[in-house]
Amino acid sequence: MDAAVRELSYSQAIQEAMAIALESDPRVFLMGEDIGVYGGAFQVTGDLVERFGTDRVIDMPISELGGAGVAVGAAVTGMRPIFEFQFSDFATLALEQIVNQAAKMRFMLGGEVSVPLVMRFPAGSGTGAAAQHSQSLEAWLAHVPGLKVIQPATPHDAKGMLLAALQDPDPVMIFEHKLLYKMKGEVPAGHYTVPIGKAEIRKAGKDATIVATSIMVHKALDAAAQLMAEGIDVEVIDLRTIRPIDRETVIESVKKTTRLLCVYEAVKTLGIGAEISAMIAESEAFDYLDAPIMRLGGSESPIPYNPELEKAAVPQVPDIVAGIRKLAEGRR
Amino acid sequence: MVQTMKKAAAENVPYAFRNYSPEQLREVLHKMHLIRRFEEGAEDAYTRGLIHGTMHLSIGQEASAMGICMPLKPDDQITSTHRGHGHCIAKGAQVDRMFAEFFGKTTGYCKGRGGSMHIADVSAGNLGANGIVAGGIPIAVGAALSAKMQKNGKVVICFFGDGANNEGAFHESLNMASIWKLPVVFVCENNGYGMSTSTARSTAVANIADRAVAYSMPGVTVFGNDFSAVAEASTEAVDRARRGEGPSLIETKTYRHRGHSKSDRNRYRTKEEIEEWKALRDPISLFETELKQFGIMDDAAIAKVRETVEAEIAAGIAFAKDSPMPSTADVLNFVYTEQQ
Repeated sequence: MDAAVRELSYSQAIQEAMAIALESDPRVFLMGEDIGVYGGAFQVTGDLVERFGTDRVIDMPISELGGAGVAVGAAVTGMRPIFEFQFSDFATLALEQIVNQAAKMRFMLGGEVSVPLVMRFPAGSGTGAAAQHSQSLEAWLAHVPGLKVIQPATPHDAKGMLLAALQDPDPVMIFEHKLLYKMKGEVPAGHYTVPIGKAEIRKAGKDATIVATSIMVHKALDAAAQLMAEGIDVEVIDLRTIRPIDRETVIESVKKTTRLLCVYEAVKTLGIGAEISAMIAESEAFDYLDAPIMRLGGSESPIPYNPELEKAAVPQVPDIVAGIRKLAEGRR
Repeated sequence: MVQTMKKAAAENVPYAFRNYSPEQLREVLHKMHLIRRFEEGAEDAYTRGLIHGTMHLSIGQEASAMGICMPLKPDDQITSTHRGHGHCIAKGAQVDRMFAEFFGKTTGYCKGRGGSMHIADVSAGNLGANGIVAGGIPIAVGAALSAKMQKNGKVVICFFGDGANNEGAFHESLNMASIWKLPVVFVCENNGYGMSTSTARSTAVANIADRAVAYSMPGVTVFGNDFSAVAEASTEAVDRARRGEGPSLIETKTYRHRGHSKSDRNRYRTKEEIEEWKALRDPISLFETELKQFGIMDDAAIAKVRETVEAEIAAGIAFAKDSPMPSTADVLNFVYTEQQ
């Protein structure tokens, strides 16, 4: 292993990115609920308050709407806030400031300001926290022009995309799946960026394309390994950014493999899978398709508390394997 | 004895006439007329179909906008509301570019993308009007947090109406500003009605400034049509903020002569009530009376101000009419920074 590359967890990688930003840019500060001595509900901010002080790692009252607006106001007046929602579900309390203010301010003011705001949203199910602490709401925000929405799937990308978000002049919303926080991976030391708006092919393949987001990338890779043993060679694309979508990578992959499965944890209907499917249907890749496009998403229900029900509410590896088998039927 | 008499006399002279030069006072009257004639000009242009959408006029509230902005320095900042044309002018905007914005032209402050409800003038410290009731309150707190972090000495004025005081954002924002001792002054322009619902029906306290107690900050209610009283209250609050002692809440009790917006049929208040405010408590008339009483201006000088304002308004409207429309090909401009 390269000396400068260590194994870090996803949450450590985010913390390292924030530490680099706090060290190198006096405009950067963190605000959120219990991100100081508590270290954050998921220990992502950890001991940053000890290193950078309470003026730059700000514990705010439980005031998501007001706090989000404070971050917007600070961003348009020369600061670079990183705002942590304790759970992405709580963004519902702050949508006014995110949707009406942060996303539109530059546009409404005719380009007179930028809103360099980074917001972090711990998202997703699998922690037994039930319906109000487990949602995947990223597509809601991806529907709003003016925002950028990213879902890093690895520790490497979590750090590099956060640092890219901090160089972006516009509001960037980062959805972090809570089950990824403990996942380890290789992370380079120091400053580097992973571009926003660029998908990554995690595994090249020729028989079918899986477009996955966040934790589903890992489930798709597990499924692809099983399918390889059956002689089905799947290409797995980690979409990484859902606004703006990397059209080219997805379209080129589908033209090559002629089959497409979209896998995401958010509720299936009207989600990112619908957008990817429509994008393919509207593109030259449509003529290459050898099977109908398939989507696997979250069930049309809130996330249940019971662990077996909870698992059943979101796509799992066997669902992906079965989906690809169905798509691959009738293959030459 | 003589000393005492002099002191008593000084106390009878309103704050503004003890603290501002004749030039400053004349300029205040000029700006108050400019606000009123701007509103009337915009209303007229709307009626004639030159402006579309809707607008919320601040006729009758000019003293509040002017008095509050009196102690501000050019780089101090404000956040404003849907009824924000007066704030914009009081903070230093030019009426030609404001008219151009209302006409949807590229020379407008927002290049025709914002219109009346999003008028801003960032270079003059106006961070923008807001179409969401209470939407600007937390943004003002954020701007004040920036000022404190950057130690740049700026003060932020946060304008909002009586309707906003019942939004959650009001509570969250005043609390945060207080616990962090931020240099922000909250200004509730209470014109008695949130659209059609009176404060008596909507608000559990008689004076909105009474709510300051809950946030451990000074709260003061003033007659918002008295320029001098507003300027005095604002100066005290702005000085306190600049000294690093934290936020204040000022309530300026005022009245809008026109309806809430262009759809208003004034069914929730009487004609007599409106006429009484116009006849007895018009902020411009009250200020002109004082200017004459304290020998600052006579009728001829006041007439001259009105003439100057007429010319400025006419020139502003002409500028707006003559300015180019944006190209429809540019509809995506300004959504993201890379799109300019």
